[in-house]
Amino acid sequence: MRTAQAVAWKEIQIYFSSPTAYIVGLIFLALTGIFFTRDLGDPFPEATLEPFFEGTIIMFILLAPALTMRLLAEESKLGTLELLLTSPVRDWEIIIGKYVASLVFFLALVALSFFYAILLFWFANPDPGPIYAGYLGFILYGSAALAVGLLASTMTSNQIVSAVVAMGILLALFFADRASGSVNGLAGEIIGEMGVRGHFDDFSRGVIDTTNIVYFLSVIAFFLFLSIRTLESRRWR
Amino acid sequence: MIQADGLTHYYGPYPAIQDVNFGVRKGEILGFLGPNGAGKTTTMRIITGFMPPTRGTVTLDGYDVVEQSLQARRRVGYLPETVPLYTDMSVNGYLKYMGTLRGMSPTFIKARLGEVIDVCRLGDYRKTQIGKLSKGFRQRVGIAQAILHEPQVLVLDEPTIGIDPIQVVETRRLIKDLGSDQTVVLSSHILPEVSMLCDRVLIINEGRIVAEDTPKNLAEGLQGVERLEVEVGGPAAEVLPVLKAIRGVNDVKHVNDDGRHTYTIQAQAGQDLRDVISQEVINHGWSLRGLQMVGMSLEEIFLRLTTHEEL
Repeated sequence: MRTAQAVAWKEIQIYFSSPTAYIVGLIFLALTGIFFTRDLGDPFPEATLEPFFEGTIIMFILLAPALTMRLLAEESKLGTLELLLTSPVRDWEIIIGKYVASLVFFLALVALSFFYAILLFWFANPDPGPIYAGYLGFILYGSAALAVGLLASTMTSNQIVSAVVAMGILLALFFADRASGSVNGLAGEIIGEMGVRGHFDDFSRGVIDTTNIVYFLSVIAFFLFLSIRTLESRRWR
Repeated sequence: MIQADGLTHYYGPYPAIQDVNFGVRKGEILGFLGPNGAGKTTTMRIITGFMPPTRGTVTLDGYDVVEQSLQARRRVGYLPETVPLYTDMSVNGYLKYMGTLRGMSPTFIKARLGEVIDVCRLGDYRKTQIGKLSKGFRQRVGIAQAILHEPQVLVLDEPTIGIDPIQVVETRRLIKDLGSDQTVVLSSHILPEVSMLCDRVLIINEGRIVAEDTPKNLAEGLQGVERLEVEVGGPAAEVLPVLKAIRGVNDVKHVNDDGRHTYTIQAQAGQDLRDVISQEVINHGWSLRGLQMVGMSLEEIFLRLTTHEEL
């Protein structure tokens, strides 16, 4: 466990000292600012974070891979993976350490966006339910996207390939509910249920449904599990 | 300390090593010698638990590197061929991180850090970012991380490749000084290095061990012959049969280099034929222009063992 901590701590330090992470942070704040103010020009603007959440989850298809592409791809490129895998460290400790680091940086970004919520509460009287629930869903979705990105990073030593693969998976998850229409029966239903959007929308409407929480937690667990297995399989190649 | 039995590893359909067996005693320095692509790195990766062999087993201190991987890995310090460093970390930070990964306690790391930095002469560079260090210093950082946790087994893959001669000497001194309770496996394609450092040498070629002995025995005993090089002024057609007729001569090879006739004589072991040969040459009225004993160098043995043509 101490080694997982050490891995996480090292990655966190790299996150907070690397330009990539700050560029991602900059884009995140600039775009979320736009999403937040989009509807404020309406004659009767609504005190809500819904447009912010809606826009940001699309953005996460691009930003999560950018945050996670480095995590293991760089280790295999630099050859440090050889050192990591010959140290007495379990594979899951490496994966969990890396994942927690990306989560910490993501949560720091989310914390910055509390600014918008504070503005709303300061100048208006919003319904707090959808904001709390929305944030919960937002954090769950972001965490799931990071797990997807981490899996892509364990599969290759090329950061670009890693980012593109992660984006592909995230896009597929995002549009799965649309694809379900063209498949009939049970298969279509399953594909529809795999879609992120259907599970996220409830949150931003202020509904906390355990089904949705379980959905996101399962996605995280599934992709972390695959990451551990992929890392393990690198030994056999 | 290390016991490898029947190691075989395939990359796809291609065998990298086949049926490699060896043992290393505690405190011994074993050298792997072989041309590029002979299977040295593959063998080392298997010993360190980076990848499992297709067939065969390796045990470290009694722990199987595949089945009891964690225990085995705790006992190993490893320097891969391309020194794996996080270039954006400082020397201190990197060593501390590696120490933690090896399961060292913070107090143990603190105590060892100073020692290791002294041994590897990194004192002035503790706070330097690794990316800014020269190749030789990076190599030292690589060795520092390998010996930091006082591993029982140290595996060094080409420890002196790509660094300048002065640093090569320093690195060798460092390995020599490691102490007698540490078992070292190193690979190299530099023969003098291996003969200088190692107690025992395994020569590996095309994935198989072709010879195994002490560097001294390999150089001297293996061939069982002494060689002489004689330069004679006289008609080669007459000289050759005379030389061949001398008692104790196994074989004579003649080289005509622009009128300089040189004869390489393979003599039976333990025979000093210099007096007899010079006597014979002078008795026949030829001139003796040169006569010297040529031992077989490790290079020649190496080439003889790893290439199929005669020297």
